[in-house]
Amino acid sequence: MRRTFSNIWQLSVKELWSLWRDPVMLLLIVFSFTVMVYTAASAIPDTLNNAPIAIVDEDDSPLSQRIAAAFYPPQFTQPERIGVAEMDAGLDAGRYTFVLHMPSNLQRDVLAGRPAEVQLNVDATRMDQAFSGSAYVEQIVSEEAEAFVQRHRTDAALPVELVLRARFNPALDKTWFSSLLQIIDNITMLAIILTGAALIREREHGTIEHLLVMPVTPTQIMLAKVLAMGMVVLVAAALSLQFVVRGLLEVPIEGSVWLFLTGAALSLFANTALGIYLATVARSMPQFGLLLMLVLLPLVLLSGGATPRESMPTVVQHLMLAAPTTHLVQLGEGVLYRGAGLDVVWVQLLALLLIGSVLFALSLQRFRRMLSQMG
Amino acid sequence: MNGLGEPVVHLQDVSLNYGKTQALAGITQDIPSACMVGLIGPDGVGKSSLLSLLSGARRVQHGTVQVLGGDMASKAHRDQACPRIAYMPQGLGKNLYPTLSVEENLQFIARLFGHDAAERRRRIDDLTRSTGLLPFLARPAGKLSGGMKQKLSLCCALIHDPDLLILDEPTTGVDPLARAQFWELIARIRKQRPSMSVIVATAYMDEAQGFDWLAVMDEGQVLATGTPTDLLLRTRCQSLESAFITLLPEEKKQGHEAVVIPPLQSDQDDIAIEAEGLTMRFGDFTAVDHVSFRIRRGEIFGFLGSNGCGKSTTMKMLTGLLPASEGRAWLFGKEIDPHDLDTRSRVGYMSQSFSLYNELSVRQNLALHAKLFHVPMAEIDARVREMAERFELLDVMESLPPSIPMGMRQRLSLAVAMVHKPELLILDEPTSGVDPVARDNFWRLLVRLSRREQVTIFISTHFMNEAERCDRMSMMHAGQVLDSDAPARLVEKRGAKDLEEAFIGYLIEAEAGSTSTTSVPEAVPESAEQTAPSAPTQGHAQTPRFSLQRLLSYAWRESLELRRDPVRATLALLGSLLLMFVIGYGISTDVNDLRYAVLDRDQTALSHDYTLALSGSPYFVERPPLHSYEELDRRMQTGELSLVIEIPPGFARDATLGRNAQIGAWINGAMPSRAETIQGYVQGMHLHWLAQKSQQLSGEAYATPVEVQTRFRYNPDIKSLPAIVPAVVPLLLLMLPAMLTALAVVREKELGAIINFYVTPVTRTEFLLGKQLPYVALGMLNFLLMSVLAVAVLDVPMKGSFAALTLATLVFLVISTGMGLVASAVTRSQIAAMFAALIGTLVPATQFAGLTTPVSSLEGVGKLIGEAYPATHMFLISRGVFAKALGLADMQHSFMALLLAAPLVMGLAIAMLHKQER
Repeated sequence: MRRTFSNIWQLSVKELWSLWRDPVMLLLIVFSFTVMVYTAASAIPDTLNNAPIAIVDEDDSPLSQRIAAAFYPPQFTQPERIGVAEMDAGLDAGRYTFVLHMPSNLQRDVLAGRPAEVQLNVDATRMDQAFSGSAYVEQIVSEEAEAFVQRHRTDAALPVELVLRARFNPALDKTWFSSLLQIIDNITMLAIILTGAALIREREHGTIEHLLVMPVTPTQIMLAKVLAMGMVVLVAAALSLQFVVRGLLEVPIEGSVWLFLTGAALSLFANTALGIYLATVARSMPQFGLLLMLVLLPLVLLSGGATPRESMPTVVQHLMLAAPTTHLVQLGEGVLYRGAGLDVVWVQLLALLLIGSVLFALSLQRFRRMLSQMG
Repeated sequence: MNGLGEPVVHLQDVSLNYGKTQALAGITQDIPSACMVGLIGPDGVGKSSLLSLLSGARRVQHGTVQVLGGDMASKAHRDQACPRIAYMPQGLGKNLYPTLSVEENLQFIARLFGHDAAERRRRIDDLTRSTGLLPFLARPAGKLSGGMKQKLSLCCALIHDPDLLILDEPTTGVDPLARAQFWELIARIRKQRPSMSVIVATAYMDEAQGFDWLAVMDEGQVLATGTPTDLLLRTRCQSLESAFITLLPEEKKQGHEAVVIPPLQSDQDDIAIEAEGLTMRFGDFTAVDHVSFRIRRGEIFGFLGSNGCGKSTTMKMLTGLLPASEGRAWLFGKEIDPHDLDTRSRVGYMSQSFSLYNELSVRQNLALHAKLFHVPMAEIDARVREMAERFELLDVMESLPPSIPMGMRQRLSLAVAMVHKPELLILDEPTSGVDPVARDNFWRLLVRLSRREQVTIFISTHFMNEAERCDRMSMMHAGQVLDSDAPARLVEKRGAKDLEEAFIGYLIEAEAGSTSTTSVPEAVPESAEQTAPSAPTQGHAQTPRFSLQRLLSYAWRESLELRRDPVRATLALLGSLLLMFVIGYGISTDVNDLRYAVLDRDQTALSHDYTLALSGSPYFVERPPLHSYEELDRRMQTGELSLVIEIPPGFARDATLGRNAQIGAWINGAMPSRAETIQGYVQGMHLHWLAQKSQQLSGEAYATPVEVQTRFRYNPDIKSLPAIVPAVVPLLLLMLPAMLTALAVVREKELGAIINFYVTPVTRTEFLLGKQLPYVALGMLNFLLMSVLAVAVLDVPMKGSFAALTLATLVFLVISTGMGLVASAVTRSQIAAMFAALIGTLVPATQFAGLTTPVSSLEGVGKLIGEAYPATHMFLISRGVFAKALGLADMQHSFMALLLAAPLVMGLAIAMLHKQER
């Protein structure tokens, strides 16, 4: 037993030395936990920024001018005045996301209390900008019209006000969420790349078979890689959380960082095992790179971080329950932003442990088979 | 053959550096023509560098290299001379394509030299008949034996009747019979074409004995030249090997003395290794076939055989690395059990490639192995020191293995294998690539271990003179032991003059019994005799500037390779479909099935009415109501609820009395963009309810003064998929083809086949366009598949002209594959090329090309990149066709941009690719 621990320890130290002397990997770790986290959090523009808008004003009245003047940078571009005929072509060519069409007699109808309508044409291929921007436009038009009308009449509506409050992130600051998500993505990405690349490099250099003629077992070799690389990523993630997220980005963290790191450690256990698995499938570094793309993208995009899980097809939701990222995203969100405790996230911890154990067992099996076929 | 002709090569002060390492140090030398010239010397003295300069594969850095009467630094001369030079690089079949068959390899090279179909057939048949490859035309080159690979390489080199044949270590690692056959073949060809000059680099001194003229090289310099007899006379040596050592500068041969092996004194019955019927099968291939032997304690036992004959596999079975398929083996009387860790500590193993940790210093390497073998902690430092002293490593203790000389690395490898003082050493080709002086030093260490310390040594080699030093040896071929005995006895048994001849004798005997391998080729057929004198200028005097045949030849070869590489092909087709699904769902902005609950502290008809309005919405899913603030906190914390509606007590009363009543909506803000959408939904629903109520109350329609009619054009249901899929298709058609082409060129660089591009008349344009063609075709197939998937499975309508989209996609694929080619032109390793391609496509395409944020909303540099980047225009076209029902005429601007970008990108790729290695 003491020998086992000693072997794992010696092999882990060796992994760390190998990593230490590999400038590319070190750079990748540092870069992804600093620059990438920082830019992911700060570079995301507001949904509405410079949204291109054009206005077809057939009324040319004080009201229509008032409305047109309400759109200005930085949310919108300076509105372009165009004719009806140019509207379709402009939308087709993607010049404008919004075209607000105000018909003639708008002001007359409004003042007369007759139902008046303006038309907002939205290029819906513009996704985010189109969807949330249109609500903005509608709101601005209504407000301006209302204010214009206020001077002319008063109206009694039901006095019920809707008070919106966002919990956990009152200002809906995107930095918070993006920085956390980036850390989780990094944990996944680096765990897979570091362990996978370490194994493939050992195989390419022939050092792995050298280990096998020594009194060490495949399990020890694999555990050493999982431990060493897991530790590195965990420490890097913790530092990034402390200095980049809390320090530089000034994101307040409500819950227990230790609880989050426990979850991260469990997910690292699963992801490093996955890295080993992929490295046994790939025959060379480039093949590993190609495989990585196929595995990493789904893990990152479908984890529930980029898109809420509810919006995915049920099959995908169920499938992604097997991915460690899904649980880590839930856990991270719960612990760090909603201040959830162990009583809430024990489910995710358990799931991560389970997934990790299964992945580890599968990888170990493949790893053993790979070693026995290396001749 | 001593009437040496005009020099075929003239070197004037030629130097070559790889970074800081100097490979050639100012060589000035003439090399005679129309004879067999040998460059001799161990690995790493600059032989290969010199040959690659002569062949035009590498750019001349310093000095003048004149070959065939012209300067190799001049492109005009290279264009004219290269078709007259044939170059066979070092490494078994390095210029061959392993997945292509013998026939396909030859066809490919022949096409590059512009032969027509009939001519190709004739030449291929002639060459393969005379080399004995004819029966194996359909076999993939990767599955040929080492000797056959070299013959195929030679066929490829000879297919265009060269005037100068350059062979770089053509027989290293090939069995002696195949070697003998190879030289016979060269001799025959020279008889047919006496004017042809042959320059050979070799590490086998015995081979060089038969050459006409030799140049002895060391450390990038020529030490001596002359005929073999000259050299022997001058040095007063018996063999070239000792002549070489004599010619070395003083400081290098310091301490060198001949290896003396004292007789073995050991107990006949003290057996260290015993093997009985050991067999190893990989699938239907038998690597080791019933091998048996016994090795006594303290004995030096050798395995002699060519590459791939089963030596390494047998050794791996003995170390427990590979479980034997059949048969048994014993170490020190104990049967081998892969799980028995204790026997492992009695064995030391050193593999072919000196598997050291390059990232650990010499000291760390030694210490790590000592620790893993559980040398007691207290003794480790002393042990490491002892090993370092003994193997003369004290000066380099803190260096990393790659920075120390080869011979020292070999000693380190041995030290590592010895650090736990094993009783048995298994050494798998420990001396390949090491110069003769270092090799002799290494053997002296072995002799001491064996004779003084009774360490049993089991060693494999393909050097005859090393095998001769063993106490006993086995000759191996094709997985079988041909015979085992003391070397002298084996020579005696066959009545041969030396060990090599004895081995050849055994091989011929073995091959007579099997039909699977080449037989000795018969005398040169008449037809070959006739082709030989064909005018040397024919076929290469006129090399056209651009040849469609050469271009197509590369395209044909690339598509064959792609078809036979399952991983790349799968990624290209299945991968894109998978990723399309993933991204399609992954970047969804749809908000639906939101879980919400109500904390109704009013419990009146009006409050019920309000909650009913919410539950009617298709976006919301109601969860059991809340009863307290604690519950609210808890259920929002778990993430169960995204929205909570709180209705305060007295809400109905306040509302009807006209006092300001408030409804609270708590939104989970952890995911901000989603929270924004939820806000919008709730607000809309609230307004709708208000309007309804006021209509009910006052009986007249309540209306805001101006109603905004929002028309979501192109995607009226504001669904995510129809918005995303039209962008994902071009995104994937950018990323994957770029990655595949990037790998396509760099793979050749890494594996060595790029040499065919360097030394054949193929131009950069032909090479790149040829490589690109299959990937464009693959991309088009991919595009069709994705379109079908989008329309049929993901239900994304395609409203516009499919023909227009197809045309634009075709142009776009030329651009994206071109970007891959640019990435591959500037990188050297596959990993670097992959990264470059990924960063060059993914980052600008997702950030600046209007995938989510329109280019017109960007600012500064981002906007400039976005406007110039081709993907921007392709996104517009794809969205235009899929969603906006547009045709080509409506998108002229974007289409023109693509048409402009295609030649630009390709031009850049061509400009950045070098026709010579630098």
